[in-house]
Amino acid sequence: MKIGFTVNGTPQEVDVAADMPLLWVLRDVLGLTGTKYGCGAALCGACTVHMDGEAVRSCQVWAEDVAGREVLTIEGLGRPEALHAVQEAWVEQQVAQCGYCQSGQIMQAAALLAKTPAPSDAQIDAAMEGNLCRCGTYPRIRAAIHAAAAKLEG
Amino acid sequence: MSKATRLTRRAVIVGSLAVTGGLAVGIYALNRDWPNPLEEDLPEGAVSFNPWILISEAGITLMAPHTDLGQGIRHLQAALIAEELDVDLDQPEVTVAPGPAAPAYANRALAAEGLPFMSQDQGTVATIARGASARLMGALGLQGTGGSSSTPDSYVKLREAGAMAREMLKAAAAYRENLAMADLRTERGAVILPDGRALPYAELAQTAARELPPREIPLRDPTQWRLLGRPMQRLDILAKSTGTLDYGIDLTQDGMVHATVKLNPRPGGDLLSHDDSAALAVPGVSRVLPVSNGLAVVADSTWTAFNGAEALVCDWGPAPFLPEQADHWAALATALEGPPEKVWRDIGAQPDRPGVSPREYRAPYLAHAPLEPLSALIHVTEARCDIWVSSQFPGLAEQKVAAITGLPREAVHLHNQYSGGSFGHRLEFENIIRAAEIGTALRGTPVKLTYTREEDMAHDFPRQIAMARASGQVADGQVTALDLAIAAPSVTASQMGRIGFASAGADSQTVAGAWSMPYALPALRVAGHAVADLAPVSSWRSVGASTAGFFAESALDELIHEAGADPLAERLRLCDYAPARACLEAVGDMSDWGSPLPEGAGRGVAMVLSFGTPVAEVVEVHQTDAGLRIAKVWVAADVGRVLDPVNFENLVQGGVIWGLGHAVNCEVTYADGIAEPTNYYAHAGLRMPQAPEIFVRGLETGAEVRGIGEPPVPPAAPALANAIFAATGQRLREMPFANFIDFA
Repeated sequence: MKIGFTVNGTPQEVDVAADMPLLWVLRDVLGLTGTKYGCGAALCGACTVHMDGEAVRSCQVWAEDVAGREVLTIEGLGRPEALHAVQEAWVEQQVAQCGYCQSGQIMQAAALLAKTPAPSDAQIDAAMEGNLCRCGTYPRIRAAIHAAAAKLEG
Repeated sequence: MSKATRLTRRAVIVGSLAVTGGLAVGIYALNRDWPNPLEEDLPEGAVSFNPWILISEAGITLMAPHTDLGQGIRHLQAALIAEELDVDLDQPEVTVAPGPAAPAYANRALAAEGLPFMSQDQGTVATIARGASARLMGALGLQGTGGSSSTPDSYVKLREAGAMAREMLKAAAAYRENLAMADLRTERGAVILPDGRALPYAELAQTAARELPPREIPLRDPTQWRLLGRPMQRLDILAKSTGTLDYGIDLTQDGMVHATVKLNPRPGGDLLSHDDSAALAVPGVSRVLPVSNGLAVVADSTWTAFNGAEALVCDWGPAPFLPEQADHWAALATALEGPPEKVWRDIGAQPDRPGVSPREYRAPYLAHAPLEPLSALIHVTEARCDIWVSSQFPGLAEQKVAAITGLPREAVHLHNQYSGGSFGHRLEFENIIRAAEIGTALRGTPVKLTYTREEDMAHDFPRQIAMARASGQVADGQVTALDLAIAAPSVTASQMGRIGFASAGADSQTVAGAWSMPYALPALRVAGHAVADLAPVSSWRSVGASTAGFFAESALDELIHEAGADPLAERLRLCDYAPARACLEAVGDMSDWGSPLPEGAGRGVAMVLSFGTPVAEVVEVHQTDAGLRIAKVWVAADVGRVLDPVNFENLVQGGVIWGLGHAVNCEVTYADGIAEPTNYYAHAGLRMPQAPEIFVRGLETGAEVRGIGEPPVPPAAPALANAIFAATGQRLREMPFANFIDFA
């Protein structure tokens, strides 16, 4: 079916199966590979994007449910030459090791900060629990979220 | 055959991948052993000074052939070259590439830890054997990343590579300007003349290539370093923070099709029969192909291929190993009853009747489960094959691809990628073999193979399972004897067998991290017991030390408590290796060991020497209403020299979280020959709310420069078990601990 929606501010129309996950629409149809496949079952958070401002697991969102919505991916959050505050903090803290989960971590953190500008450690824990990092960069993710919060406040 | 030759042959077989310690490689002619692979395909006007440096009008390319698995080694290799070459990594004309797979990039440090010498043994025989091992690894041309050996392998070699090119470039400038070499200096990719003029390397390269390489290359004293030892921004950090780094799974080619595999869930088992009609009826699925141990589905998208695989109906053969988990444990117990394969250490006389009766410890199989599932992009034509994938053994991978495609080895080109984690997973070739099989069947069409998470976990050759029995003796408040017997399947034999290497002799990995414990006990015996025919296993971050280190440091802790001694003070009293002592002293200081704790809290300490790097950890746990909380960890590690301090801290913290997480909640068990966890609903390790605060101190007292990717892992589990005992009085001798207590 033909589905129209907005990705990173640009209107897109794709012709895919109604139940194709948004993850694969982004990666295989639109070529936006910053959003990662990790588990396909909402267990790791690597595929996290924003849909109408909410953090969602794109592996669990069907294409037909994206119709008319606004999707923001890591590519739209900021660019290497124009970083979002969360990305700036991620670079300064040198969070990434393998980096494969970090698109999802950053999108989840950006959604948290949009609603909770100065999160406590407990709020960070609650928001980030679904985002797995096998390399174990959690201490740096926590520090980067606090640093990004300070940037956004300032 | 001389003794030294026998030892080194043993090193190749036994030590092959799993591990290493640091090696004094020394000065050697950089181009002597193998041809420079960059010369084979030199762009017009380009000059290559050695296998690590290519300079042309277009810029300066530094080759970083060790595979980057997230440990940041591509950056560190570039920094080692740049330090002496006098280029900066932020210069737009400087690029860093993994380079082709080539024997010139042999890892000379890969086998040292497999030698039958303790890493703290700096005696003549051990030193000679290590030197011979390094030469032999170089002569074999085995390019490999693993065993925390990349830094020891690179530390001298890559700085020499940079210095060699710099000196030739200076000589060219001196010749051209009729100046003395001593009047010239180098900076940011240029030779600076006394009058301040800067001659870019690119302009000098052609002339420099005709200069004789310097005979001696004195390396700069670390006090003169500009990059190394200071905080550096990793090359990949911006791309990894913006979703712009392409991993292997992200790559595409024009005209590419997608594929996935459905393999016998019993690893190594056969496909007996199948029905692919439903799979072929899935819109977008074009073909179903046979591959080793199963089928591949070719389709127009990854998701379509996944759907096609799901629709396959297969009749699978039995597992070629014991199918039920209980039988694996029984086999280990039986092995412990029998004679040891090898007694690795036997000091003093064990008591006739141990005062502390035998205790049994268990460590389960564990998956690597890096977050990027196995994948590979391949394009096979009549004359050539290109494969884009992350591999820790790129040369061996090319050999395997050549055999499957029928192409000569020189026609196969592996383009090594940044990997989305590995932890040892990408030492194997499962995805590469299947990609080559599919690519050969579809000759002419590029194809990207992507495993589902479930297929990846089902075929994740796990960490070795292991079991130990320990007894000992205490007297007058001191530990006087420890007798430790460890049974495990040989990870080296299993892994090397799949590579195609023979295996011989007892596997040092069974006792790694235990047999070389630097404690001067009056009586110490460490024996390894072999077990055959269990599930196929592979190197998992820290390999044997992840199991044997847990056994050793748990058993010792029990004896210390039995003696009524303080766990840190008694370890310090026993420790006879200065860098390990320094680590224990450091974590005592950092954690304020012995200071009062709140009710229900406890601290535990452990120290394991693995890959030549001693690491001590103190874990503090708190009992809460929600369960046990791992609150804080203090870590001290001695790598001789901390080259990349920010990344060092990140890797240590990650290693601790890796060690703790798997000790808490991960295990792979088999039922009917099938690994039971299939996705991250289990086997996730720690998540953000469980992650403790981790304080890291890097020490530089050791004589050798060592790796840090793996050594922080082994002490984490025993330090946690010891802390849990201190807090609760409950002694946990089997992982994962969550099977026995609740965690917050």
